[in-house]
Amino acid sequence: MTRKQKRLTVIGGAMAFLMLASGLTLYALGQKTSYFYMPAELQTAKLEPGQRIRLGGLVAAGSIVRGEGTQVAFAVTDQVHTVKVSYSGILPDLFREEQGVVTEGTVGPGGVFIADSVLAKHDENYMPKEVADGLKATGLWQHTE
Amino acid sequence: MIVEAGHFALVLAFVLAVVQFAVPLIGTRTGDDRLMAVAAPVTIAGFALTALSFAALTMAYVQSDFSVVNVWENSHSLKPMLYKVTGVWGNHEGSMLLWVLILTFFGALVAWFGSNLPASLRANVLSVQGLVGAAFLLFVLATSNPFARIETPPFEGRDLNPILQDIGLAIHPPLLYLGYVGFSVCFSFAVAALIEGRIDAAWARWVRPWTLAAWVFLTGGIAMGSYWAYYELGWGGWWFWDPVENASFLPWLSGTALLHSAIVMEKRSALKIWTLLLAILTFSLSLLGTFLVRSGVLTSVHAFATDPTRGLFILFILMLFIGGSLSLFALRASSLTQGGLFQPISREGALVLNNLFLTTATATVLIGTLYPLLVEAVTGDKISVGAPFFNMTFVPLALPLLIAVPFGPLLAWKRGDLYAVTQRLYAALGGALLTVLIALFFVDGMGVLAAFGVGVATWLVLGALTDLALKAGIGSVTTAVAWRRFRGLPRSVFGTALAHLGLGLTTLGIVAVTSLDVEEIAVMKPGDTLAVANYTLRFEEMTPFQGPNFTSDKARFTYINAWGRELGEVISSKRLYTARQMPTTEAGIVTRGLSQLYVSIGDPTADGGIVVRAWWKPLVLLIWLGGLVMMIGGTVSLLDRRLRVGAPAARKAKPKVLTPAETPAQ
Repeated sequence: MTRKQKRLTVIGGAMAFLMLASGLTLYALGQKTSYFYMPAELQTAKLEPGQRIRLGGLVAAGSIVRGEGTQVAFAVTDQVHTVKVSYSGILPDLFREEQGVVTEGTVGPGGVFIADSVLAKHDENYMPKEVADGLKATGLWQHTE
Repeated sequence: MIVEAGHFALVLAFVLAVVQFAVPLIGTRTGDDRLMAVAAPVTIAGFALTALSFAALTMAYVQSDFSVVNVWENSHSLKPMLYKVTGVWGNHEGSMLLWVLILTFFGALVAWFGSNLPASLRANVLSVQGLVGAAFLLFVLATSNPFARIETPPFEGRDLNPILQDIGLAIHPPLLYLGYVGFSVCFSFAVAALIEGRIDAAWARWVRPWTLAAWVFLTGGIAMGSYWAYYELGWGGWWFWDPVENASFLPWLSGTALLHSAIVMEKRSALKIWTLLLAILTFSLSLLGTFLVRSGVLTSVHAFATDPTRGLFILFILMLFIGGSLSLFALRASSLTQGGLFQPISREGALVLNNLFLTTATATVLIGTLYPLLVEAVTGDKISVGAPFFNMTFVPLALPLLIAVPFGPLLAWKRGDLYAVTQRLYAALGGALLTVLIALFFVDGMGVLAAFGVGVATWLVLGALTDLALKAGIGSVTTAVAWRRFRGLPRSVFGTALAHLGLGLTTLGIVAVTSLDVEEIAVMKPGDTLAVANYTLRFEEMTPFQGPNFTSDKARFTYINAWGRELGEVISSKRLYTARQMPTTEAGIVTRGLSQLYVSIGDPTADGGIVVRAWWKPLVLLIWLGGLVMMIGGTVSLLDRRLRVGAPAARKAKPKVLTPAETPAQ
């Protein structure tokens, strides 16, 4: 092989590798990302059965009900629409009524959102950005401080 | 008074940083030696002033001076002394001050140890360092002043976020910042080389120690952060592919690539332009990380008080430095001379492969991290990119790289023989295949992919050992000769082997925990038992406890092995920090060998029990021990005679260590 051919082989190999990697990335971006919804948006959203999404909003006052064992039910609200959520496990330390929350999971039968994770916060003043934006968009945002 | 002195010192440090930027640069432009000589003393003075300012803030914390807003917001008179001190950087303002302190510290190190550098290069490096420092000092002074006072001082502080009241805060941020900011030196060297339009192998030799040092710190910072999140958050996870984690992982990936390409540049003076670009990119990613963490534009589980308006300022700095340095790169890179040639199958080729994979992986993680911002800007949809994305893209990219690692150090420079190298790795390959079989047939619950992962990890470990054994000539010469050769190996050879070995250990830990961990969740009342893998947990009792600034409920468990022997206690608790009325969970962790039993408790249930979540985490400690071994490897390599900071620059007479293939018959 001449030098030029050799160089072309190397560049060709690298290109093929990069294309493979970009293909993989694009595919994963299509498949493995989840959309974020506020309760109002969830009413009109077209979801495939079993599609993973994130649901965010405020934990509705008085909605937390502890059931059998590790089961817990609560509702996420944007003050207009409310979605019931069921979750099994330990809730984050800063999970409280009327606080911002982001949950991840799927919409189950009867419109109950079955969450498999509840995103925790580390800081009591911290509001997940999506929730803050969603509340601002509906004009229901009140600064907590 | 002390506080005002600290503030004033910081203003002076800013002024000196501007001087440090402008005067030496004019000096190198006009060829005036006196102006260039200004750089070093000004840099050191700037560091001293920043240190003074930092000390003043620390003093305010130690004395619980609540007339300072920052102290009032983040401290409490009852807080243990350790957390009073570490609380200095447990908030936005103080943390940025620490950032700047470390930046000026690295500048001062260059000024101290750079006496062997050509005068103009040193002046340019310090000048660039000065510009970075000036930008961030201005940021602290203008938007994040930690010295602001309150008119009527409150009697008591609001306490530090309880999650931060941990020894982790003492170690993690300083290490991480030493890593992030350490790459600023590589950046300054790269920009200085572009300003001068000249770059050679000596440049790579000067840059490598800085890259190595920053890399060692960053490795430590990430490993420490991971372990801290693991034990503090109480969910048993050690890596969440969270934006804040990715922010630290990105410069690590590209820094690792830089470390390897700088070797090629130093040894073979090839890949010069690429190395320069990587140096710029690595620090750019550090800046991006700082921006992502401080601005809170991405939802993160690790986000602490963030402020979008300040984020905008950092974004501006980010664009100035990334845009500026890349423009300079575009203008000047073509004028740099090309280096030595090599065959695709060679040490250089292996290092290029390493760079190809690492930079692609960096790009993938970067895309995944920023994609939500992009989508929101374009379509307004809010999406999240989580672990499934990264597992799908990063893991397939990392695996071939891991498999290729043991080949690299064994290949000869310029032209290597892949077949011969494979033959020398037969033992390692055999060992790896054997562990795959053992894992597949003798370990319960081990899937094919996981067994393959164990094989890759073993391959890395044995490959690193093979490298050392072959370079010492074990097996081909007498033991005495081999031992003498082994001791005579350059430290960088040990460094490489240790770093690769550490990588293998971390891989093994990750594979074991991902495939074999056992999670149990149950509601327990005193006397109840819960089986977790081969252990049984018995819930004994809940006892109240009064800490210095918190109250807590401690749940005491006894853990029992498979033969019914009681081995000891695990205590997991819920704390309530009184000043902020903020609850935290303290996981109970028992270490058995390299594995851990991890117990965390939740809220009480209606019928008087508590929710208990327990994990068996096999070989989990290897994840961080591997990181530690990588750090040791980096440090050993840093101590190599060749790289010793301050050693005479031009020296060629290094005794060349022959690999057995090259050794003439003895």
